[in-house]
Formats: sequence, C-alpha cells, structure tokens
Amino acid sequence: MGVLLPLATGLAFVGLWEFACRQFDVPSYLIPAPSAIWADATKNAGMIAGHTLATLWTVMLGFVASIVVSLPLAVAIVSTPIMANTIYPLLVLTQSIPKVALAPVLVVLLGTNEMPRVVITFLVAFFPLVLAIATGLNAVPAELIELGRVCRASRWKELVRIRLPYAIPFIFSGLKAAITLSVVGAVVAEFVNADRGLGYLIVTSTAFFQVPTAWGALIVLSLIGIVLFQMVVVVERVFFPWALSSSS
Amino acid sequence: MIAFEGVWKVFEARNGDLTTAVADVSLEIERSQFICLVGPSGCGKSTLLRLAAGLLLPEQGIVKISGERVREPRPDTGIVFQSPTLLPWATVIENVLFPAKMMGIATARTRERAHELLKLVGLDGFEWRYPRELSGGMQQRAGICRSLIHNPSVLLMDEPFGALDALTREELTLELLRIWSTEPKTILFVTHSIPEAVMLADRVVVMSARPGRISEVLQVDLPRPRSFDMESSDEFQRCTQRVRQLIFGDRRLQAA
Repeated sequence: MGVLLPLATGLAFVGLWEFACRQFDVPSYLIPAPSAIWADATKNAGMIAGHTLATLWTVMLGFVASIVVSLPLAVAIVSTPIMANTIYPLLVLTQSIPKVALAPVLVVLLGTNEMPRVVITFLVAFFPLVLAIATGLNAVPAELIELGRVCRASRWKELVRIRLPYAIPFIFSGLKAAITLSVVGAVVAEFVNADRGLGYLIVTSTAFFQVPTAWGALIVLSLIGIVLFQMVVVVERVFFPWALSSSS
Repeated sequence: MIAFEGVWKVFEARNGDLTTAVADVSLEIERSQFICLVGPSGCGKSTLLRLAAGLLLPEQGIVKISGERVREPRPDTGIVFQSPTLLPWATVIENVLFPAKMMGIATARTRERAHELLKLVGLDGFEWRYPRELSGGMQQRAGICRSLIHNPSVLLMDEPFGALDALTREELTLELLRIWSTEPKTILFVTHSIPEAVMLADRVVVMSARPGRISEVLQVDLPRPRSFDMESSDEFQRCTQRVRQLIFGDRRLQAA
C-alpha cells in the first residue's frame, strides 16, 4: 500500500502532463510531452547510459571523499574545544564560497579532468555530514562516558566502542543529506567543466534545442538521486536495525 | 575497605562561582558492609560516590580503597547508575559483558558468568534480546549484572532504583539483598528514599546540603535476611524517624 499510492499519484501526474501538452498544443521545445521524452530517451538510450555512468562516477567519488574527510574532521572537532574553535570557521569558509565560482579556478589548478569535479562534489556534500557526525559523537549520554571511564577505556576505545556506535543514527542522517548533495555537486561541476555526464548533456542539448533530451536527462538525474538515497536507507536498515527504532 | 579522610570537593561553575559539594567528609566503610547515603538534593552524596569511583578527584583529603589511594577508576569497583544506559546496539548479554571486554579480561569463563548473573536476576531467556525490548526494571537488572561481571569487591550504586515505579523498586530492593548475600561485596548505595535506605543498609549515612556534610551515621540493627514486614518493627520506625528528623529538622511535618 505504501508503494501503490505514490506510484498511482506519479502515474496520474504523468497522465495529466501528457494530456495538457496535447490539449494545449504546447511546443516541444518548451515543455515536451512525456511521450516525446520517452521516444527520445529510448532512441538515445546508449548515449544517455554513458552520460549517466559518467555522472554516477563523479557522484560516488565525491561522496566517498566526503565520508573519508568528514569522519576524522568530526573526531577532531569533538576532541577539544580548541580544535572545534579552529576548525569550524574554516569549514564555514568553505561553505560560503560559491562552488560555481570556485570551479574554473580549480580547473586551472587541477586540470580539465575528473579532479575538479570530484572536489566540487566533495565541497558541496561534506559540510552537513561533518556536522551530523560531530553532533552524534557529542550526543552520547554522560553516563555512558562515565561507564567507559569506570572500565578504564582509552580515548580510542571510548571513541570506537561508545561514541561512534551511538552516533550511527546521526551519521546516517548526514549520509542521506550528503548523497543527495553529491548529485547536486556533480551536476554543478559538470556545468562548468565536463565532456561527459548528465549535467553536460543538459547544457549541450538545451544549447541545440534538443529539449526532450534535456528533460530526459533531468528525469534520470532525479531517479539517480532517489535510488542513491534509498540505498543509504537500506544499508542503515540492514546493518544497523537497532538505530532506526532507537532514534526518536 | 573504603575510606574518606577529610575529603573536600569543590566545583567551579562557568561564571567562576565555587560550589562546595562535599566539605570535610570522613567515613570508614568496612569490607562487605552495605552502606546507604541519604540526603536531600545537593548534599553531595552522588559526588561522594563518584569520588569513590575515581571519576572525580578531591580538592583536599584522601579517598582510599583497600588502603590504596584512589587516583582513577579501579578494576575492583563496579558502578550502577540511575538510568540503566545499556548500549542500544548490543544484546543484553553483550551489554553485560561490556566492562569485561573494555578492560580486556573477557574469557569463556566470563561468558558463563554473564549467563549465571542474568539467571540470578531472572533474565535468563532474555540474553539475546535488545534493550529496547526490555522494561525499565529489566534493563536495570541487566545494568546490575553488568556492574558485577568483573567480580568487583566494591559496588557503587547511584540511585539505581530512582527511575523505576514503586512496585519494581520493592522487588529490586529484595533482589539486590539476595544478590548481596550470594556474593558479598562492599556496597555504597545512594538514595533519596528513607525507607529504602533503612531496609537495605547496615549503616545509614545521613548527609546535609550546602555544603555537603555528614550529619550522622546510623546503625541499623535489623536482622538479615530483611523483608518488608520489618517495616512495622520498632527498630525500623526508630531509624526512619531519626533520619527524617536529621534531614527535615525538628519541624513537625503534617499535611496541611
């Protein structure tokens, strides 16, 4: 039942869209009908698939990079107040720089390859993840920390055996935000510098007035976002079932 | 076994104000005694417990366990908190084994002991459940098992029944005495409840607040094993009256 209702709503929406396009004779270079998008997509399936893979590659690299960097950063932030006061302003700085403005500079620095795109994706995605992990590490009840101290646990053991597991629900909410933002970041990066990818496809196809293609790419992007988000949800459910029911 | 010698503990608030939580407390607790600390909020009883646990260090004075100065948490002490604080990601038995694993002393024998302890408190069959599947009383029972897994000679309990309903409190009071009779330990038990303190203790240490001091140490001359029908005995009444008097002064307390 939980699947049928959104599905039915989606189908109804698509049906309405198709009907409206035909009824009001909307030109396909403005808003293509679903049937036109579908026809274009199936005709160019191979090409779209290639671009999809390219974007997915950037998304995953950026996402993994944000995890790899966020975890030690968050641990550093909660270790002492001095570290927190040093790191936070730097983090906020990275967020206040518009990534679209930063991208051309990165291309000059790193070359016209995958690197600047991964860096942009990382910069867009990592901030909520760091915050979520730091919040989670600090959210441990004082009594659990005291229990760790009574058991004479080292700071490392306290981190790995008490703080990190307790932070799992927080980490996953950060991961959900990060993966969604990774898709955004990858597309932003592709707008500025790419020769492949769905963002690149959208830019080039609109430039050539191949609007159904652009819409198709948009829809594929949305689907990627939804699927990747659900994958994070599933991972949490499978590996950390206790986290879902214990979080309020 | 546990000795407080002229202990002072002062806390500094963020704005610099100093609070004397414990002022010049001296107390000697013998091996295998059951001692209850009773007093109003702010009398320093939880602070005293944490000083014994090695979680806090005194500004002045010495805290000793087994004749040795307490500088940090010791492997021969176990602690039970007011809320069970079990690890939600671990099963009940993994929770009970947690201190042993953290201290690196877990063996096959330890696992057997965990099973025995859970059986002792009536949680056999629940070893593989998760804490969220247990009631508050059951979680606290598991918490008590956890504090005993490494066979500590000293057990420190900070209002362990405070978060439970009155009926479960009575049940666990008797259960604790039963466990204590099976495995004699030196117990320091902090509570708000005067009848609970008298029911459990060999001696009741009554504290007063601002600053935290010992008002009096009462000897409870009730025979063991204790039971709730002793509540009507003269000795029980004498002790509870005396403790009330010490805490509330000579004011006559009557419902208006």
